[in-house]
Formats: sequence, structure tokens, C-alpha cells
Amino acid sequence: MRAFEYSSPKTAAEAVALLAAEGAAALAGGTDLLSLMKDGAAAPSRLVNLKGIADLAGAHRTEGGLRIGATTRLGALAEHRTVRESFPAVASAIDGIGSRQILSLRTVGGDLCHRPRCWYFRAGFGLVPMHEGRSLAKIGDNRYHAVFGNAGNAVFVNPSSLAPPLIALGASVTVLGPDGERAMPLEDLYRTPATGDESEFTLGPAEIVTAVTIPERDSRNATYEVRNRLGFDWPLATASVAVSGGAARVVLGQVAPIPWRSAPAAEALAGGLSEASAAAAGAAAAGEATALSGNGYKIRLAEVAVKRCALAAMEG
Amino acid sequence: MPEYTWPAAEDRRLIGSRLSRVDGPVKVTGKARYAYDMNRRGMLWATMVQSPHAHARITAIDTAAAEATPGVVAVHRIQEVGAEIQWAHDEIVAIAAESEEAARDGAAAVRVEYEVLPHFVDERRVEDAPDAQAAQAETTGDPEAAMAGAASRSRGSYHAAQIAHCSLEAHGQVAEWQDEETVTVWASTQAISGVASQLGEAVGIPASNVQVETQYMGGGFGSKFSADRWGVVGVELARMTGRPVKLMLDRDQEVSVAGARPSTHSEVECGADADGRVVAWNSKSWGSGGPAGAGSPPIPYVFGFENQSHAHTSVPTNTGPARAWRAPNHPQACFVTMRALDDLAHAAGMDPLDFFLKNIDQTGERASVYADELEKAAELMGWRERFRPRGSTSGTVRSGLGLALHTWGGRGHRSNCEVLAYRDGLVEARIGSQDLGTGTRTIIGMVLAETFGLGIDQVKVTMGRSVLPASGASGGSTTVGGVSGSTRRAALNAVEAVFERIAPKLGTEPGNLSLRDGRLHFADGATAPMPWREAAARIGVNPVSATGANPGPGQLNDSGVGGVQMADVSVDLETGVVGINRLVAVQDCGLVLDLKTAESQVYGALIMGVTYALTEERVFDPVTGRMLNADMEFYKLAGIADVGEMIVHLMTGPGYDERGVIGLGEPPVIAPGAAIANAATNAAGVPINEMPMTPERVLAAIRAGGMA
Repeated sequence: MRAFEYSSPKTAAEAVALLAAEGAAALAGGTDLLSLMKDGAAAPSRLVNLKGIADLAGAHRTEGGLRIGATTRLGALAEHRTVRESFPAVASAIDGIGSRQILSLRTVGGDLCHRPRCWYFRAGFGLVPMHEGRSLAKIGDNRYHAVFGNAGNAVFVNPSSLAPPLIALGASVTVLGPDGERAMPLEDLYRTPATGDESEFTLGPAEIVTAVTIPERDSRNATYEVRNRLGFDWPLATASVAVSGGAARVVLGQVAPIPWRSAPAAEALAGGLSEASAAAAGAAAAGEATALSGNGYKIRLAEVAVKRCALAAMEG
Repeated sequence: MPEYTWPAAEDRRLIGSRLSRVDGPVKVTGKARYAYDMNRRGMLWATMVQSPHAHARITAIDTAAAEATPGVVAVHRIQEVGAEIQWAHDEIVAIAAESEEAARDGAAAVRVEYEVLPHFVDERRVEDAPDAQAAQAETTGDPEAAMAGAASRSRGSYHAAQIAHCSLEAHGQVAEWQDEETVTVWASTQAISGVASQLGEAVGIPASNVQVETQYMGGGFGSKFSADRWGVVGVELARMTGRPVKLMLDRDQEVSVAGARPSTHSEVECGADADGRVVAWNSKSWGSGGPAGAGSPPIPYVFGFENQSHAHTSVPTNTGPARAWRAPNHPQACFVTMRALDDLAHAAGMDPLDFFLKNIDQTGERASVYADELEKAAELMGWRERFRPRGSTSGTVRSGLGLALHTWGGRGHRSNCEVLAYRDGLVEARIGSQDLGTGTRTIIGMVLAETFGLGIDQVKVTMGRSVLPASGASGGSTTVGGVSGSTRRAALNAVEAVFERIAPKLGTEPGNLSLRDGRLHFADGATAPMPWREAAARIGVNPVSATGANPGPGQLNDSGVGGVQMADVSVDLETGVVGINRLVAVQDCGLVLDLKTAESQVYGALIMGVTYALTEERVFDPVTGRMLNADMEFYKLAGIADVGEMIVHLMTGPGYDERGVIGLGEPPVIAPGAAIANAATNAAGVPINEMPMTPERVLAAIRAGGMA
């Protein structure tokens, strides 16, 4: 095991300064980073613990909406009154994680920056594994891989539980780096790398997520997920829907290298939630999907997830 | 000589009751020390370099950097240049170091070069297998002619994936030499006596100089009978370094190299006459559990038909080798046979319960037991009220029922026990058996206490050390029959010896004495009953010692059981997700000693069966040949949310008890997959023929069946 420095700064600015060192990594709940280190898929030279930074913890209502600090634990977030009352899409996504241990440790920022669970990546073949010039996952076993946005060589799926509901709810993310703070729509945090040398996040060097903010506006929203195991298991497909006024957002999880925002599905729901529009939204979402050699079933699951999610949002 | 029988029903105080396992408290409080928990003074940690290739030849090994790694104490080459590797994760070099981290650093510093050879890991494509071995078909009667004359026929292909044992406590051991000729090994093993002999031979010392100790074990299921290469390596490293060495497998090794249940793929055609009697069976199967392929599952299972034929092909693959997996070959045979018969019942237009009853005589000598068990299971499931023919329900999420039959032997193994009675009243059984977590310690204590008329807390069980009287490996459901037989005989002999010792001191004859309810009773009534401790005080300073063996005089155990399981499941036709609503397990196993631990065995087996049916499989990468899910994230074991309601019923009383004790470990793990697959088929309205029944496979079946 590679020896590493450990530091536990008290302010976000100090954390950013410490993260400027080559090979430094931010540590929050550790549910992802420690497993990457054990698997040999990460070997940081310095761990910068974010949990001691008071400004990053907890959720509170602001003018712009519900501001959720990056080190807020998922279990605590699910119990937050505003989340329970206004954002069932978020509460339900957290419930779906199904492990009390994970809920007690994993943070909002950690979930949003969770690295892919792709079995080639975890086994050390890299984020965009290649074999003799071809995508290893495309010629290998891709039963859990992407059915959207998979034209390139990156076909892992984004594993975040929170990103789909938060993007559906129009959340923004605040990041802090050496050049100061900036805010952007949460979906802009993600990108699909062309090669394994690129990151799946748009964060710059030493930049950290400090908060997400969900605008408080009336919406019907829900999350629906399909899993093989009913208990603790990664979903095979998830969908989050938020409908507010005449506008709808539909975001799928576990099906693309990024949280997948489906414009056709949103369009199908724009006229209102009904059984017919839910079915149309599912079909519209599926229309954008492309199967790899072994994951065609996930297109069907994505379609059903969108449909059932829209119905759940309708039923409130 | 005592009469070697079990007490009559009315005389049993402990046997047949619900006794909590005696080691439950030390387990739940964490005081029980497993092999993994043994930490010796000065102990080194060992780990092993594994092959990243599924098929390769070693062309170079360079351990210089590993030897120079800080903390590394010893480097041991397990395989040499030129060796041909047949599966990924195979062990090449072992490292012993001052810490676990240093051992891993050392392993990472070893440079091994390989000539990579072509691998074959997908046995389903039997036509592409480089060296498949087809056996001659075993045929009875004339199945072709019988099939031609059948009134209804069914054809199907049934597939069950390869799975791993995935023991929660990985394989491994801690080894410590006492001197140049004597070593103690704390192993996670199902066979302390056998492992001592194997290790002695491997390291060149007498078997009697190897003490193997296993007080508690975290799962084996048939994968922990052998000393194993890593056992020998651990003992050698301890000798090389003169220090205790702990070598336990990592999770990825545990799942990839420490045992598998072979896959089974099959094609079956069967036919029934107009009355629903099965008249013809024709099948072929193939499968793999690694480089040695796979043995032939006993197909057709439980039933024997006048006209039947089966041919099996063993397919070697470059995957971690198979080991005995709780009821070897039976779950696969059960799945193939019961799914095919369920399909035939459907073709014949019959309720499977009626269909199986109609054919029950074709199961042979246990037919009436199966018939009784089917009725009992049907009652517990509410089958008669709730069964609907395949495809006759509606809705998106549909429920359905299925059933399956299974069989096993379970005769007690060879076992020796010594019973000691001390003058302070303590009674002790010494037996070289091991408790895998099944309750062996509890039932040995129960038999001893019952025989002495004492409570379970008044006796002591000393076990789990190979220097104790030899007892067989714990596998094949042979333990309970073996250790209960040897303990009962030893205890009866000890009681007789106690009476002979104390009778003269009490001025009476041994034949006048008996023990029950914690007291010594006098048959002639001349003396009032005396508390056991008071009687034991007359034993003297030398304890009474007596031995017993199994097999031995008297009918204390038997072989041959049957069981019926039924499943109620729901299938989501849109997602392919299968959920368990209820499982019913009805089982005979002769005389039940401890009802509670026996039922626990069945509950555990059902959970394993759910996992086999719904989620569990070894996934091999077609490109690299490596196992892709050698972890507990994508190697999916069922959790509590997945198992549904479980109802267990053991057949006991007249007709069962007089057979004596019969093992229960394997039987209940055989049928869940078949029963669940039949229920899923009944629910979905289309044949669901592949396990695990993941959403992917169920959706494919629904699509193929024209339901989507």
C-alpha cells in the first residue's frame, strides 16, 4: 500500500490549498475512495479530509433554495424536513441505497463524485479500458454498462444516486478551487471522457464540490429504480422526474457515462402527467438508447423506470 | 453391555426439543475465535501473487525486489518457470512479512512474465470447447419408441450458471511450529483429522506431530476438506522463518479459486401418456466447474422411468476449479428434471401437484414419504386453493406457484468419541470433529446430557482438535449421524462404567442403578434418589473413561431422505424482477435431535437456494478470461429483503424417528432453485429456464414467449 499524508483542514480554502499537491485526493465518507485504494485503482499521496470543515456540513434553506453542504451525510439528508416534504425524488433515491452503513457515511459530495463501479475500471484496466485498440467493455461483458451516450469508448455508467433527482429538480452545484468559487447547473459537473486520461468530471485541479442548491419551487417529483436484489444492490436503471408548471425534466441514472437527461421524455411529459404521457415518456427515452453486445435489457428497464417514475410523480 | 438405542419418545428430555446452540453467545458477542482471529506473538502475515491470465505459461519470475521490500521476511516460490497456469488468480509466489501491508507491497514487487495462451471460459458454447469429453448415453428401455407413443410431449433447454462457495470466512490458516518436528495449525477447515495427515505428509513430519485446531468456522459448504496449497505454503513459510504465519485468502481469491459448483446446461425431451404418467425421458447435459469440467448430474432426478436416456459432456474451462458444493450435482439435476416435468405437466394440462402425485410411484422406495410430504407442503402453501394454471393470471406483476422434490443419503460417517465422568460431576465428551456452525457441538452435548440424565449446561464438549479421537470430515450430511452415534455409544458405555465403579461403594448392584433428571435412581426403591453430584463423588480421583464409535452396535442412524419444497413468487413482466413471496420446505431426516438447529439448517439452505435461483453467478470475461465479479458487490448474495417468508416443516414421529439420525445439511439446499424457477414460470406464463433468473434473462424469456 502506498504511504500517504493525511491532513484534516478546518476551512475549505485550506483544503483547496492542500489538494494542489500532485496526487492529493479529497476524503469525505470514504465509501468510494477507500475501496478504490484497496482495489489498487487509486493510490493518492495525500488525503485531505473534508469532514472537519464546518461550512461544508448540513442543509439549510436560503433565498436560492435548499442549500446542501457537500459533507452532509445521505442518511441525514433523507431525514431533512424540506427533502421529505418537497423533494420525494431525493428521499426515495437515498432510501434505495438500502444500506444503513452507507447512509451513515456517504456524503452528498461523495455521492455526486462517486467514481464508476465498472468492473474493468475496478480491476485496474482504466476508466476507458482498451484492448488491442478496441473498447474492452464493448467486446467484453457489458451487462451493466451504458445504453445511452455510449458511441465512444467510454461505456461505464455514472453511479450517483443523487445526481438524477437533483438534476431533475434543477439543482446547481458550487465548487471551490484555486481560482475561487463558481456555480453551475449540476449536470455540467459531468462529462463523458474520450480516453482514460480524461476525467468524467469537469472539476479543475484542486477543485472540490462545496454544496448543491435545489431551487424551492412547487413540483411533482419522484425517483424509480429497478434492481436485481431487492436489498443492497446497485440499480440496473433509475429515473427521476420533476414536473413544474408546464416544464418537465427527466433524468436517468445507471444507464450512461453521465446522469442522462432525456429531452424527448421531458417533452412527452410537458403537457401534463397521465398514464398516456408516462408511457410516451418511457418510449421516448428508450428511443435514444443503443444496446451494446450484452445490455439490451437495460433499454427496456430504462423505459419502464421512466414510465413508472412519471406515474409515481403523478400519484405524488 | 448396554442396549444401543435412542430413548423412547416418552423418555426423551432434550432430544427432539428446541435447544439454542450452546456457542451462540460467544459468537454473537465476538468472543468465538475463528482461524482468522488467531494472532500469535511474533506472527508474520502472508499473501500470494496471483496469475492475471486464465491460461498462460510462466516464462520468468523475479523476486529480488520483493525480497528487498521493507518488512518482507520470506519469499516462497509456489510455481516455477515453465509451469502452465490453467485459471486466473492461480497462486505463483507467496510472501511473508511483518505486516499485512508489507506482504502486499512485497507481492506487488514480484515480477512474473507469462506466455499468454488461448483461454476458454464460456462452456455454454460447448461446440467451441477445445477438449470437451462426451460420455456414452445411459439408456434404459426404448425412450425413442416410448416418446413416439406419448400423448403429450415437452421439450426444453435448461441452464444453471456456475457459482462459488463464497465462504464468509475465507480459506486459510495460522501455522506455528513448536520445534523442528511439531506444528500447530489453526485452520478454517471441515476436516481437522484429514488436514493433519495431509500437512504432515506434505512437510515431511509424522501426522501425529501436526495438531490442527478448528473451534469455529465461517462457512465451508464442501470447499474446505483439503489442506490446500496455501495450507502447505503457510506451514512451510512458518518453518522457513521460525515464526507463526497467518495466510488467509483475500475475497477475490476466495470467490475465484476456492471452490465452485459446476454449471449445467441441458436439453430435455419427455413425454406422458393420456393419464399423465411419464413414459419417456431423453436428455443431454453439459457443464463446467473449471479445468476438470463437471461430473454428470443424476438426471432424471429422484424419478426413474422405464424408458429413459441421459448423456453428459464434461467441458473443461480455464476457470478456478470446482469443489464439492453442498449436495454436489443434485441442485443442477433437480433444476433440470423438475423444470422439465413441470413443463410436461403443463403440456398434459395438469396441475403439477396432481402430476407429481400421479407419478410418485416412479420415485421408488420413498414414494409414500414423498406423497405425504407433498400433501403437507400443499397444505402449508395453500396450493389447492391458490394454484392457477400457467398463463391464466393477468396484470403486470403476477404471482405463481412451483414445486420440486429432492433426495439425499446422509449416513453417519466414521467417528470415535471418548466420554469422561469426573468426581466433581462434570461429564465430558472428547471428539475429533469440528462444528461448521451447523450445531455439531450442541448436538454432541445434547446426546451426552440426555444419556446421563443431565442438563445441557452440566456437560462439556471438547472438540475441534485433531489430537482428539478421530472423527470424519464434516461433509455430505454425514456428521450428525456419525457424531451422535459415537457419542451415544460412548455415553452409554460410560454410564455403565460409572455404575460399575460406584455400585460397590453404594452397597448395591450396577443393574439396580439408572440416571435421569439429574439424579441417580435405585430400581429396588431401597434408597432414595441421589443427586448426580453426590453419586459422582464416589467415582474417585481417576475419572471414568469409556469410548464409542460409529458405525457400531445398534441402529442409531440411517440413510436416505426425501423432501418437497414449494415456492410462491412474483414476476414483474415489465422489468423481469422476480421476488420471493413464500417458500415452504418439508423434509424428513429420521430422528431429529435438536429441532431448532435442524430448522436453522433448512432456513440457511433456502436462503442459499434463493441466491442460486435469482442472483448468483461467476462472470468470466470473454476477452481476458478473468473473473469479473470476484467480490461481494457483483457476486450477488441474497439479503434479508430478498428471501420472503420461509416455512419449514420437519417430518417427525412414528415412521420417521425409529430410523435413527440422518444428516440434513445437503437435502434442503437442493430444491429451492427448481421450485422457484417453476413458480416463476407459472407466474410469467412462459418457461423461465435459466438461473440465476436476473431481469436480463427473465425479460428474454418473456420476449421469447411472446409475452412482451
